Amino acid sequence: MFAELFYTLRKAEVPVSLREYLDLMAAMDRGLAEYDVEEFYYLARTILVKDERHIDKFDQVFGHVFRGLEPPEFEDGTAEIPEEWLRKMGELDLTDEEKAQIEAMGGWDKLMETLRERLAEQDGRHQGGKKWIGTQGTSPYGANGYNPEGVRIGQDGNRNFSAVKVWDRREFKDLDGDTEIGTRNIKVALRRLRKFAREGAAEELDLDDTISSTAKNGGWLDVRMVPERRNAAKVLLLFDVGGSMDPHIRMCEELFSAARTEFKHLEYFYFHNCVYESLWRENRRRRAGGTPTWDVLHTYPADYKLILVGDATMSPYEIAHPGGSVEHWNEESGETWLRRLVRTYPQVAWLNPMPQDRWRYFPTIGMVSEIVEGRMYPLTVEGLDDAMRGLSR
Amino acid sequence: MRFEGTEDYVATDDLQIAVNASVILERPLLVKGEPGTGKTVLAHEIAEALGAPLIEWHVKSTTKAQHGLYAYDAVARLRDGQLGDDRVKDIGNYIVRGKLWEAFESETRPVLLIDEIDKADIEFPNDLLLELDRMEFHVYETKQTVVARHRPIVIITSNNEKELPDAFLRRCFFHYIAFPDADTMTRIVDVHFPDIKKRLLREALTAFYDLREVPGLKKKPSTSELLDWLKLLVAEDIDPEELRTNDPAKLIPPLYGALLKSEQDVQLFERLAFLNRRERAGN
Repeated sequence: MFAELFYTLRKAEVPVSLREYLDLMAAMDRGLAEYDVEEFYYLARTILVKDERHIDKFDQVFGHVFRGLEPPEFEDGTAEIPEEWLRKMGELDLTDEEKAQIEAMGGWDKLMETLRERLAEQDGRHQGGKKWIGTQGTSPYGANGYNPEGVRIGQDGNRNFSAVKVWDRREFKDLDGDTEIGTRNIKVALRRLRKFAREGAAEELDLDDTISSTAKNGGWLDVRMVPERRNAAKVLLLFDVGGSMDPHIRMCEELFSAARTEFKHLEYFYFHNCVYESLWRENRRRRAGGTPTWDVLHTYPADYKLILVGDATMSPYEIAHPGGSVEHWNEESGETWLRRLVRTYPQVAWLNPMPQDRWRYFPTIGMVSEIVEGRMYPLTVEGLDDAMRGLSR
Repeated sequence: MRFEGTEDYVATDDLQIAVNASVILERPLLVKGEPGTGKTVLAHEIAEALGAPLIEWHVKSTTKAQHGLYAYDAVARLRDGQLGDDRVKDIGNYIVRGKLWEAFESETRPVLLIDEIDKADIEFPNDLLLELDRMEFHVYETKQTVVARHRPIVIITSNNEKELPDAFLRRCFFHYIAFPDADTMTRIVDVHFPDIKKRLLREALTAFYDLREVPGLKKKPSTSELLDWLKLLVAEDIDPEELRTNDPAKLIPPLYGALLKSEQDVQLFERLAFLNRRERAGN
């Protein structure tokens, strides 16, 4: 059973190794969690999970693996629940008021019938939601003691407060890596790009070198200096603004403010939908024309890392054809310009704020992704992490 | 030795189990969580509950792993050498002990707090792997190996500014201090203000959780801010009535400066309160 937990965790991409497994065994051996599933859950969590991002996955796996450990509730879709027994328990537990509510829902028999139907429909275990039987959610069926019309199935009365098990509450859902993104998360992800190097004027005392060269000097002090260590990563950031990007403005703002504090060498420009012959620095000057893209390509050397932020959703003409731009007549197609950028800056990442599961509905996303050689990442914590990893390669 | 919280510190079940597991299995415990949920205080309380000495090592961005072991004061030795001081003959005179060494030398089993490990350089945790695993290290200058008399209880806190290397994580147990729910919060407040008026507390907690729900706050108020705020409310003898947010004239809680720490948050909150009031006036 423990081995199953271990392998299911690995399958769910929670990084656990043999060492953690042996630790858990040792902890069990020392009697740290005896005869109490909840204690065991806490113990296993503290030993096996090393990052709050994985706690939610762990909760789900734990719920899945140890379903049979608790009194049987709703094993799977085919579970038989003795109706007589349920009815008896329900009558014992429900107040008159609640019974009245059941009547309001169509009576006890109707409730049971619906319950049976749902059980038959339900495929496997379910958590959350409003209809299926499970723990959590507002369905009247399932082990949730807070719901006035809830039927508690297979719980002995003394534990009614924890009808929803700790791991089933999934309190750490928000911390899962692919959900939310905030300035702080972005900063953490951007730090992957850090590349410390000693550059510039020698201002710091290098103690070790001073000592060894003093020793070589026959004891006469020979002071050695080194330049300060700085983050030497250089970043060129191009933002898509306007139109379809409007819903993502806040996320882009956060990314921008995080990038501003993180990189000393940060250059940024805006574009609309696709990159053409000019980019601009200030949004309000876009009509007046900005910096020619050629100048940008010539000004910033190839060791800059190029990050494009945009949803890449537009009409295919805007990429493929000269004159396809919605705002002006472009002599050369967006594709030509994008390929030029990719050729100049070998380290490229395209961050897309559009949720990844919707990418396939927009053909232009595929086109752009092909141009940047597949280096398009969703703008989530995990996507950003992957992007930074790709950039620092 | 079992840790069950102390008089001043409410430890939830999961926290107790995490601490006890790391005490019994002699593994460092890595503690993360929102700022202000009592990560650093935890080490103090464990030390107090177990009656163990506490050794604190506060990590800064310039801290190196070596600083925790020992430092060799070459400049002092150079000076003594040029002055012809006799001390110079024994290199041991110039070895300055670090916090880890201090913990290893302790007579009883100590609690070692490595605070805010994420502030240091990325390599910092990697440089401590062997030391924390075997609880020993070698002093090259004196060719001496320092071995811990008692394996210290190591508590490491992190604010997630940097990711910690896998090899390091594998050696630690991990606990994430979740933000306390309303029940736990009431217990925490009880511990700190045993004779606070029940009604004031209820109103204050409602106002506090409402405030945490406000979308877009840069820094959500946490437990420590709540405790500060309550202290002020008690000191100023605020009437619980004033905390009722359904009074349209007073939508901003009194003494909110203790809860909201950034200019933008205060402005955002005032703006929301204003909109809210206008809406009510319109009805």
